[in-house]
Amino acid sequence: MRYNVPSPLETRIISQRFDLPNSASIDTYLANDGYVALRKAIGMAPEAIIDELRASSLRGRGGAGFPTGMKWSFVPRNTGRPSYIICNSDESEPCTCKDRLLMENDPQQLIEGMLIAGWTIQSSKGYIFIRGEYRYQIEIMERAIAEAYERGYLGKNVLGTGWDFDLYTHSGAGAYECGEETALLESLEGKRGVPRLKPPFPAVAGAFQSPTILNNTETLSTVPVIIRMGGADYAALGTPKNGGTRLMCVSGHVNKPGVYELPLGFPLMRLINDVCGGMRNRKKLKAVIPGGSSAPVLKAEECDIPLDFDSIAKAKSMAGSGGILVLDEDTDMVAVALRTIKFYAHESCGWCIPCREGTTWLKKVLTRFHDGGGRSSDIDLIAELANNMLGRTFCALGDAAAMPTAAFVAKFRDEFEAYLKRSSAAVEPELAVV
Amino acid sequence: MTFSPALEERFAKLLTSYPPGRQRSAVVPMLLYAQDEIGHVSQELVEEVACRCGVTPLQVDEVIGYYSMLHRKPLGKYHVQVCTNISCQVVGGEDLYGHAARTLGIGNKQVTPDGLISLEEVECMGACSWAPAIQINYDFHHFVTRERFDQLIQALRDGTYQETA
Amino acid sequence: MAAPVNLTIDGQKLQASPGTLLINAAKQAGISIPAFCYYDGLALQAACRMCLVEVEKTPKLQVACTLPVAEGMVVRTDSPQVRQARKGMLEFLLTNHPLDCPVCDKGGECELQDMVFRYGAGQSRFIEPKVHVDEKQWSPIVYYDAPRCILCYRCVRICGEGLGVSALGIGNRGVVAEIVPNRGDHLECDECGACIDICPVGALTSGTYRYKARPWEMDHVGTICTHCSNGCKTTLGIRNGQILRANSRDHSGINGEFLCVKGRYAFDFNEHPGRLTSPLVRSDGEFKPVSWAQALAAVAQRFTELRVKRGNFAVIGSNHTTNEENFLLQKFAREVLRTSNIDHHRTGDVAGLIHALDGRTNVLASTDDLYNTKAALVISSDLAQEQPLLAFQLRANWRHHKAHVYAVTPGPVREDNYATTARAEPGNEFDVFESMRERLAKEPELVILFGDAIKGGRIARLVSFGDSLGIPVKYVCLVDYSNSRGASDMGLLPHLLPGYRSVSDSGLEPGLNYDQILAAADLDALWIVGANPLARQSLASPNAFLVVQDLFLTETARQASVVLPAASAYEKNGTFTNVCGDVQKLSRAAKTMGTKSDLEIIALLAKEMRQDFGAAKPEVVFDEIRRSVRGYDVPLTVIETGGAAKTVLLDGRPQVASRNGHFRVDTDANLIRSARNTLFTSGTLGRFSQMLSSVIEAPGALYRDPRKQPEVREGSVQVETVKQGQ
Ligand SMILES: Cc1cc2nc3c(=O)[nH]c(=O)nc-3n(C[C@H](O)[C@H](O)[C@H](O)COP(=O)(O)O)c2cc1C
Ligand code: SF4
Ligand code: FES
Repeated sequence: MRYNVPSPLETRIISQRFDLPNSASIDTYLANDGYVALRKAIGMAPEAIIDELRASSLRGRGGAGFPTGMKWSFVPRNTGRPSYIICNSDESEPCTCKDRLLMENDPQQLIEGMLIAGWTIQSSKGYIFIRGEYRYQIEIMERAIAEAYERGYLGKNVLGTGWDFDLYTHSGAGAYECGEETALLESLEGKRGVPRLKPPFPAVAGAFQSPTILNNTETLSTVPVIIRMGGADYAALGTPKNGGTRLMCVSGHVNKPGVYELPLGFPLMRLINDVCGGMRNRKKLKAVIPGGSSAPVLKAEECDIPLDFDSIAKAKSMAGSGGILVLDEDTDMVAVALRTIKFYAHESCGWCIPCREGTTWLKKVLTRFHDGGGRSSDIDLIAELANNMLGRTFCALGDAAAMPTAAFVAKFRDEFEAYLKRSSAAVEPELAVV
Repeated sequence: MTFSPALEERFAKLLTSYPPGRQRSAVVPMLLYAQDEIGHVSQELVEEVACRCGVTPLQVDEVIGYYSMLHRKPLGKYHVQVCTNISCQVVGGEDLYGHAARTLGIGNKQVTPDGLISLEEVECMGACSWAPAIQINYDFHHFVTRERFDQLIQALRDGTYQETA
Repeated sequence: MAAPVNLTIDGQKLQASPGTLLINAAKQAGISIPAFCYYDGLALQAACRMCLVEVEKTPKLQVACTLPVAEGMVVRTDSPQVRQARKGMLEFLLTNHPLDCPVCDKGGECELQDMVFRYGAGQSRFIEPKVHVDEKQWSPIVYYDAPRCILCYRCVRICGEGLGVSALGIGNRGVVAEIVPNRGDHLECDECGACIDICPVGALTSGTYRYKARPWEMDHVGTICTHCSNGCKTTLGIRNGQILRANSRDHSGINGEFLCVKGRYAFDFNEHPGRLTSPLVRSDGEFKPVSWAQALAAVAQRFTELRVKRGNFAVIGSNHTTNEENFLLQKFAREVLRTSNIDHHRTGDVAGLIHALDGRTNVLASTDDLYNTKAALVISSDLAQEQPLLAFQLRANWRHHKAHVYAVTPGPVREDNYATTARAEPGNEFDVFESMRERLAKEPELVILFGDAIKGGRIARLVSFGDSLGIPVKYVCLVDYSNSRGASDMGLLPHLLPGYRSVSDSGLEPGLNYDQILAAADLDALWIVGANPLARQSLASPNAFLVVQDLFLTETARQASVVLPAASAYEKNGTFTNVCGDVQKLSRAAKTMGTKSDLEIIALLAKEMRQDFGAAKPEVVFDEIRRSVRGYDVPLTVIETGGAAKTVLLDGRPQVASRNGHFRVDTDANLIRSARNTLFTSGTLGRFSQMLSSVIEAPGALYRDPRKQPEVREGSVQVETVKQGQ
């Protein structure tokens, strides 16, 4: 099921089956290119599969945009130890709602992607780590897994190759941090979702301390497409080093918010105006958060950019998870900044000092500021606190909290200052002495 | 502790899903599934899960404290979660949450006196493009207005609400 | 050895072995990098982020506590950026930390305070309300104040990794994360207090010490614990002659940071109101307090009379008195009282082991060996309960060096969680060893620790089993009390002189042993020093002149003719020899008015009896011991500087013990009786520790291997508690 009307401007590759009747069933899948890629992959050497991925310029859709082919190539093969395929379906980056659609509408595609990953490193077990809120999506995946078992795509002797692959779902229970790959692995082992020290990286010592391929749902769902159409053709859809298409989750003040599959490099303004029907109520665009709430906000005048990892990075933000929040002129940026930091404070696992205390302090200052108790020194303080977190936390959650906060203050300082005018406490009191 | 046959079956499957000796992996899903059946994570459940997964009760406690969906106190029969994270916030999520609290007469993580409904302000739940969104137990409701919200609550109270699966 | 790595820290060029963590490499060069969560020997956390440093060619600051050195690395630990990062980190840390240093127990020895002093800002920009949580009491001795906690996880790690107890965990998430105990609102654990000592701040405080003193008001005296045989160094905090706390403050003892509940808390017997403070002489069936001069004169007079009459004397010595005292006591018995009727409560068959080893050298394991050996076999002892430091050492050896530990015990033991263990009914141990033979023989070396299950002739069997493995084997004969080993080494035995020389060497006949003394109907005088045999047995010579030296009016003292109030081990100087034969120095920390050390008492008695025993100074007696007792020729500097010197009872010495048939190994075997003290008992002494009896725990709970058994909730087994002393 889709919750928004597709756009004619989309390039529907991984979402090609989304609107078919019974799209989640294996029959629909098989009737529409299903498991063609797996059969092809089985005839390929692991190195060749990885080469296709390299050629595709596929970059991870989970957030960091790491080249998938390279990631797979890091996994030691033939170690004699078990290895694992993990799908990150934690989907908890605010503004992101695509993995859910992939699971709801095309679960077999994901399974096929995981099978290809499994075949590549000769792993025999995979887990789909799905956030606890997605109970129905878990059920859909489980039905799909059962169907795949029935048809011989999973289980013993997959497609007569003599190779076994078992696939399971694993439910989270409410923790953004478990989207971070090593925290996810801890969670998968029944522990608190506290990230691990790196190195070693999951490729070498991941699930159950064994070699592991860990990718986002969308990344893995894209793998069959790439194997089917060939890496080069897939790459050609996007821009150099930013191959293919991705699901862009548009939310906020546009007329037609929704999830759209578009090639990388698709212009942001066209997305807003043409795909999403322009700004709601004919309001003016104020800002865009281009890659989930961890991505620094872009001001309207910075939005004339193509949507690919490198271009957005050049604009000092990030393509992240593909969650694009469009904000109109009436948006209270202080309120958005506050809500953002509230989220990170709530989700900080608490392991390290700068993240645990930094997010909380920021939340408290911003709350007071927003509620009318702001002081003139607060604005610089917020920026400085964010700066004291940046690059110093145990995992990237600290950065994910600090970067957008710093950007809100830097880019919308005027709005913060306007708040001060209404503040009852703008006058500076004496500093507390330790 | 005894659970429904369906849940027992799920537990049995869970415990064999992980590599040998890794039954601890089942702790989180087991707690969540069991909570859905018995309403909350009771002390008895903690010890049961500890025993089944071969960990200490303390290790289970640590997990419960960490995951926000695991609750030590009973929730309502219907747990209504309103997202106020930014995608929802900018299209009325906070307003909707305020409305929910007022009409239900309860605050965050509180339960109506009849035990039917509990309310929670939650973080992004993956419905951003169709915001504002709420979840009733595991059902998503998209583009929720105050009116739609009131209808849903009415249905919960009337007993006419149909859960998706 | 791989080639060392060259690196530069703060302009200083240095070398470090590959794999060294940057924080340690810097320390070796005298550069200290601040750290809270890093703790030597415990798992890496990288949580506090205090140790951030600048490493050339890496854009971000790097965490020195987890970064291994690399060739050519150029590091700056004191750049403006690093200083700013530390300041920022401390500022974060202080936001939710209550600044209640004036009333915090840790004030003055708080790592956070020191860190802010060194690296922090003088002002805080934090004006928001702090997170507040009420303080909790988890056990009679452990309190937790969550707001003060900086979440360094040291406590969690020392409890789990170090002790293997895992009673602490982490609860909640984010800023409200806190440390939680294993039983919901309370702790069920060894109550060792390691978590309290390791806590860098005042988050964990000790129920027995909190709000009693500021650290700088106390004198800190390092001495040796008086409870079990492991010989842990404990630093006593003394104010006005009173012991206020004990800890392993400077980690300088053989125990490092380790102490068990007894070492850390059970010093309170010392201030028990039942402490004897005046000599008592029985007249008309009643005790009368008398002066020391009167009491000593009374004893000397009676002893002299009986000596003239060639009366029948017997002496029972102590497991808690110093080597010097024991040495002097046996000398007094043999030379002044002219009796060989001397013994002590033997808790392990050290003499039997010496006999069985038949003069070979380098086969007795030191405390250090337990941490360094490649493999160890524990026989019939519940180490965690009975020999806590040895259990800790072996576990650390397994953690740090992957040593293989084997245990053959009658019941479940803590080692089950990591060692290769097997159950053996008492008497069947050797069958089980046989079943392990193949694996043991593959080990490069082995240390065998055995308790009183192996004694007498069975020790020879054990040694020949050890020999048959074809690998180097060392032994530890487990004994119970703080100077059990010393009592044996110093010749508090009817058939052996100090250093296990046969009495016949001096032309003497062996005397009566412990059981025989108590059973003898014809004793004229019995002198009992620091022992309480009459708590369990009665005396067959009720009319004997009974002199008792003790701290308390014990069951034995109550039957005495004269009671002499003795100083405790914390009140005297001297040396103890621990279970592994390591000699360490005791330093007087406290003083109870009216008491005298046993050494002084013995010397005064000698003087009163016109015997020249020289100056009754521990140093003088120890000098004599060094000169005359086999194996005790230990380097004085080691002992004087608070170190442990290994005695070498056998090394290079002729085997003397069994030269003539007086080594009654088999008949002595049934005299070997371990008291089976647990962490919460300490023989008679333990009964006078109110603190110990307040924390009696169910040990069963801690043995239960969670992987094998469900939790038993109700009616868990309680240890039978020893009745509270008076
Ligand atoms: C705090 C944090 C949260 C994250 N959450 C998610 C998530 O919900 N889903 C996801 O796929 N990746 C998430 N990531 C990224 C993952 O760590 C990881 O990079 C990704 O799953 C790798 O897959 P990819 O290479 O296919 O993108 C998160 C990262 C961080 C630091
Ligand atoms: S209680 Fe002390 S040792 Fe434990 S985490 Fe907190 S600060 Fe660290
Ligand atoms: S000591 Fe390095 S992070 Fe704590």
